[in-house]
Amino acid sequence: MSEQTTNTEETRAENELELREVAGLSQGQIVRKRFLRHKAAMISLVVLIAIILLAITSIGWGPIPGWWKWNFKQTAPLALPGGRPTLQLWGEGGFHIGDYPFGQDELGRDNFARVMRGIQTSLTVMFIVAFVSTAIGILVGAIAGYFRGWIDSFLMRFTELFIVVPVLITGAVLGKLYGTPTPVILAIALGLLNWTGLARLVRAEFLSLREREFVEAARVAGASHTRIIFKHMLPNTIAVIIVNSTLMLSAAVLLETSLSYLQFGIQAPEVSLGNLISEYQSAFATRPWLFWWAGLFIVAIALCVNFIGDGLRDAFDPRQRRIPTVRALRKAELKAQLGASSATPAGLMVDALEVDEPLIERIETEGNQDGGEAAGSGKDSTN
Amino acid sequence: MYNFIFRRALSSLGVLLVATFLIYILVDVAIDPLSDLITSTAPNKQALIDARIQQLQLDVPSPVRYLGWLGGVAGCFIGKCDLGVAWTTNQQVTDVLVSSIGVTIKLVTLATVLAMILGVAVGVVSALRQYTGFDYTMIFISFLLYSLPSFWVAVLMKQWGAIGFNDFLADPSISVVTVLVIALIAGIIWQAVFSGDLKRRLIVFASAFVVTAGVLWYISATNWFSDPSLGFVVILLTGVGIAFALTAIMAGLRNRRALYAAVSTAVLIAAIWYPMQFAFRGATGWTVFGLALLVTAAGVAIGWFWGGYDRAVSMRISGLVALLGFGLLYVDRVMQAWKPYFNSSAINGRPIATIGSATPGLQGSFWTMQLDSFTHLILPTVALVLISFAAYTRYSRASMLEVLNQDYVRTARAKGLSERVVIVRHAFRNSLIPLATIIPLDFAAILGGAVITEKIFGWRGMGTMFLSGLQKNEIDPVMAYVLVIGFVAIVANFLADLLYAVLDPRIRVNA
Repeated sequence: MSEQTTNTEETRAENELELREVAGLSQGQIVRKRFLRHKAAMISLVVLIAIILLAITSIGWGPIPGWWKWNFKQTAPLALPGGRPTLQLWGEGGFHIGDYPFGQDELGRDNFARVMRGIQTSLTVMFIVAFVSTAIGILVGAIAGYFRGWIDSFLMRFTELFIVVPVLITGAVLGKLYGTPTPVILAIALGLLNWTGLARLVRAEFLSLREREFVEAARVAGASHTRIIFKHMLPNTIAVIIVNSTLMLSAAVLLETSLSYLQFGIQAPEVSLGNLISEYQSAFATRPWLFWWAGLFIVAIALCVNFIGDGLRDAFDPRQRRIPTVRALRKAELKAQLGASSATPAGLMVDALEVDEPLIERIETEGNQDGGEAAGSGKDSTN
Repeated sequence: MYNFIFRRALSSLGVLLVATFLIYILVDVAIDPLSDLITSTAPNKQALIDARIQQLQLDVPSPVRYLGWLGGVAGCFIGKCDLGVAWTTNQQVTDVLVSSIGVTIKLVTLATVLAMILGVAVGVVSALRQYTGFDYTMIFISFLLYSLPSFWVAVLMKQWGAIGFNDFLADPSISVVTVLVIALIAGIIWQAVFSGDLKRRLIVFASAFVVTAGVLWYISATNWFSDPSLGFVVILLTGVGIAFALTAIMAGLRNRRALYAAVSTAVLIAAIWYPMQFAFRGATGWTVFGLALLVTAAGVAIGWFWGGYDRAVSMRISGLVALLGFGLLYVDRVMQAWKPYFNSSAINGRPIATIGSATPGLQGSFWTMQLDSFTHLILPTVALVLISFAAYTRYSRASMLEVLNQDYVRTARAKGLSERVVIVRHAFRNSLIPLATIIPLDFAAILGGAVITEKIFGWRGMGTMFLSGLQKNEIDPVMAYVLVIGFVAIVANFLADLLYAVLDPRIRVNA
């Protein structure tokens, strides 16, 4: 059997798989389905929600009390020498959490409560930054891309202006104006600086969308500029916007922690993850746990958000076809052949457990001679 | 085109003017040069305050002071820059700036180049092996690195990289278990890169395992770390290996003339190893640079002599082999400085440094100083590479996948071109276009963005100048930083646009 036939059959099977996947679904449904199927993104989503819930319920949020015994300001005598963590995974006495699972700092404050408080602050900053910068980015990008001409030039120069301003200066200015800036003020300020990337992307999208027929049609029908921008064009850029604002979330966490680390962001007595690391980095040799937990949570949050963003990108991008595994392909191919039984089930490598009984017999009797050749045909394009 | 460049340059200048003005006002609000005097208990407090107000012209409103500063900057066009004075130390900002830029460029260049090469290579391989174990692993690793806060990595590197490795160097022997584990990992990685059927994978795995284990065993048995060098044999073997690899990628091994040219260049490099030891004696930076040029030219010439129908390819390949081979010679020579360096009193057996860009008070030959700056560079470079590597991997993987799905790649395959030509010529080259526009921006960002790395590793570069200016309430160093970074950012943006238009003729610049 020639390689070419196998390839056409494969393509057909592949197309069939894809068609069946999306038949009769709206765009939103397709995207949701694809996103739900993205394993890494789903795991990340669960982990992120778990982290958020843990941070909020444990030490409480504002007036709501939490279930954890300490808060982030209380001092207490050291439970273990040096304030070592009481969390134990194995060994004598087996697994137990103890009073201070993440240890205590030199003043006897509970590190778990402080890390949780840090997560709350960092997450607040993250969401506000992303919200503010997405809103500004969309507005500037949409207006620049839609109206073009001098408005576009002006807005793009305006964008460049913001690229030049170093973020650190904002921290310093805020510190001067407000003493120690509260997380919300810091987040709004960062959001006001951070929109430039999204604005450029949205503008690029709008530049190409405005030449499309449906925009022309809306204009001919007498729709106002506002209506065209928000009703007709913006929904078409939603993919770019969602993906980039997700990625902005992780950038915002890293930005806030870096600023706090340099002591231009959140400062004591407020607690944020970057601030914790900055405070304890010199204690790394003696109290490494103070350093570890804050860092691990930064990494976990950023990683989760990045994976969610990646999953969204895959879900929104129609070109990003998920290539079915070799096994799924074979299965689909076999099914197609079962329907049209006159076709020869030539040269297939089958995972025996996956197929119906009669087929296995057919393949074992007929397909043995050239089973080896077809095994290589599926993946040679990359070698 | 010229019209476009002119208009763009003019508007960029305007942006820079407005930006510096705004930042000047902001910084003026943020800092308080009188803060130390306000709290002082000196009897002549008021006189001191008056003197400082006089010195820094604090009685003049800040927009007017900005004009004064701008006048000093404008002096740069006629050759006498005046960027002001860092008043706490009375240093001219221009002097501080020059040394800071030098330090930052030294820190950033190597890291950016390494991250770029590694990132693009891994990203492309990852795209070619889409949805394999290698691809998934690399996606995960790059996401992980992308999510790491740089200050956290840097502190960890200091603790483990420096202290751990220095402890290891005190007794550089590798245990059998470590050798086997590393060889196993190397084998797994290489078989995943080469992919293919089971037989091919097994062969690749076995050879990678044996070679890695052998090299590690040799290193451990001969105590290589206490007196490292490459020597004639290793240079010859590595050179020939590079020659084969580059030919296989750039021309295909069937292009015999290119292969012969590359191999003879590699042999030439090994042959000049001995005479080079004399040429390197008493060398300076410029001699090394000159020798590198000379050797590369020799490689190009060898390619020309072998000629063939595709002379340019042979010349490119053997030039590259010569350059990389010269790199081997250079590394070999630097390694020879290791033993005296390691044993010198200034180092005291702990060569990997965590602070600063040079060992204070170390005297030695050019090669010792080179080695010294490498031992200082290694940690910050690794920290920077780890972080920007991830971004390059993701970009190049995405753009390679995008290109591989294009119709012209299918056409190239359909007309029967070899897979190498399709991937290297049609796919890889085009996938570099979006990357080429990111690189200038990235370089601009990293020039100003290494603030944290500089702070942790104690390098006195641009970031430190900016940060200490803010902390010590000096406006002029901060403004110098803003000026340079803003200028570089705007030029890089401009360059990126231009590059895009040059590389992709579908994009019109005048639009």
